[in-house]
Amino acid sequence: MNAKTKLFSYDIVDSPIHSLSGLTKLICFLLLTFAVMYSYDIRVILAVMLFAALIMKLSKIKFSQIKLMVLYVLIFVLTNAVISFLFAPEMGVEIYGTRTVVIDLPGKFDITAEQLLYSTTKLFKYTSVIPFGIIFLLTTNPSEFASSLNRIRVHYKIAYAVALTLRYFPDVQRDYHDISQAQQARGLELSRKASLFNRIKNGLLIIIPLIFSSLDRIETISNAMDLRGFGKSNTRTWYTSRKMKSNDYVAIFISALIFIATASVSIFINKSRFYNPFI
Amino acid sequence: MFKITTRTIVAIGIGAALFMLLFMYVKIPSPIPETSFMTAYGLGAFMATVFGPIAGGLIQFIGHALSDAIQYGSPWWSWVIASGVAGFLYGFAFKRTRVEKGEFKGKDILTFNVIQIIGNVIAWVIVAPVLDILIYQEPVNLVITQGLVAALMNSISAGVFGTLLLIAYSATRTKKGSLSKS
Repeated sequence: MNAKTKLFSYDIVDSPIHSLSGLTKLICFLLLTFAVMYSYDIRVILAVMLFAALIMKLSKIKFSQIKLMVLYVLIFVLTNAVISFLFAPEMGVEIYGTRTVVIDLPGKFDITAEQLLYSTTKLFKYTSVIPFGIIFLLTTNPSEFASSLNRIRVHYKIAYAVALTLRYFPDVQRDYHDISQAQQARGLELSRKASLFNRIKNGLLIIIPLIFSSLDRIETISNAMDLRGFGKSNTRTWYTSRKMKSNDYVAIFISALIFIATASVSIFINKSRFYNPFI
Repeated sequence: MFKITTRTIVAIGIGAALFMLLFMYVKIPSPIPETSFMTAYGLGAFMATVFGPIAGGLIQFIGHALSDAIQYGSPWWSWVIASGVAGFLYGFAFKRTRVEKGEFKGKDILTFNVIQIIGNVIAWVIVAPVLDILIYQEPVNLVITQGLVAALMNSISAGVFGTLLLIAYSATRTKKGSLSKS
């Protein structure tokens, strides 16, 4: 199958990050991403990025595993920077309250130092959270993820739904592939030879059988679960949950510290979400 | 309407897996950057109508969050939440149409589409831009434009693809009064 299938592949590797429990990684992921999400201070963001790179190194993730994801993200952040400039070239001026023109261009599209700072900050802000997501996905056992969700007080039925999604996504993907091959063998044209309208119509001829076979599957699975007494009690135990060890507490402590540090830089030093070197 | 049975839980799990698949592979790019015509929302509207608002909301929330995570490493929370809201609102069509009775035409199509359009407008023109501004401090006119385009495209997706799916689904249900004494 194609490269994308392998994106979400958890490998068992012996690294300090892999040995943390899923619950720890989920808490750290949330703390660190929220820390960067709130702050618009480029110094803070660069520091967090450095930390992310260090963790990446520790978790022994190879670049080939994340190449495609990095490419997607780069395309996304660059288009975002360009279109947000086209829509609001004075956004930076509005935020920082000063106007320093660097390059004078016709119309309202002057390039100002403020806009440059705003755009670069945003660029780094969006890229700096990516490593955390990648590390989280590649080092956490999918079935442990559901038990972790339950332990941060998400109701077990919802955690179980997430577990089902992760369990059945590869199956659904395989069915999609099989149906598509079967339909093409019967003469369904999906390549550029067919017109756009026909391609859309033929695409639907693959999706519809997929959806209806999945509806049957829902009945089968829910009957099986009902027969085994799913949902009778208010709590449940998880086969894959791990006990918290001392390294788990250390990891949570470090993440919490970073979260508090970034929040206090915003509250006490910058007195806003933005770092303003222009005043 | 808000009852959660085992069937709802499984529908959320499988529905979110399908949503992820459509969200990642089956989309048509639009001329506006960072938006495309998503068949996934047609599926979301269909599932919400068949399984209710809780299922619809969670299918779109989980599906969107996980596909963002796989593609970009981290979910774009404002739009993930908006997806959840949209799915929840589509769910108000649950039990308001006759789809389970094997009939989906005229009035049912109208009810379904009015509900999904209201849901899309609230989610993409109000929830998504407001969260974008609060969480990410994006420029106002940019997020409003993106929201309008998303509302339009997702309404078309739910309107065309969702309606077709519901018609096909209704054909698989047993019609009321289909048995007659001979």
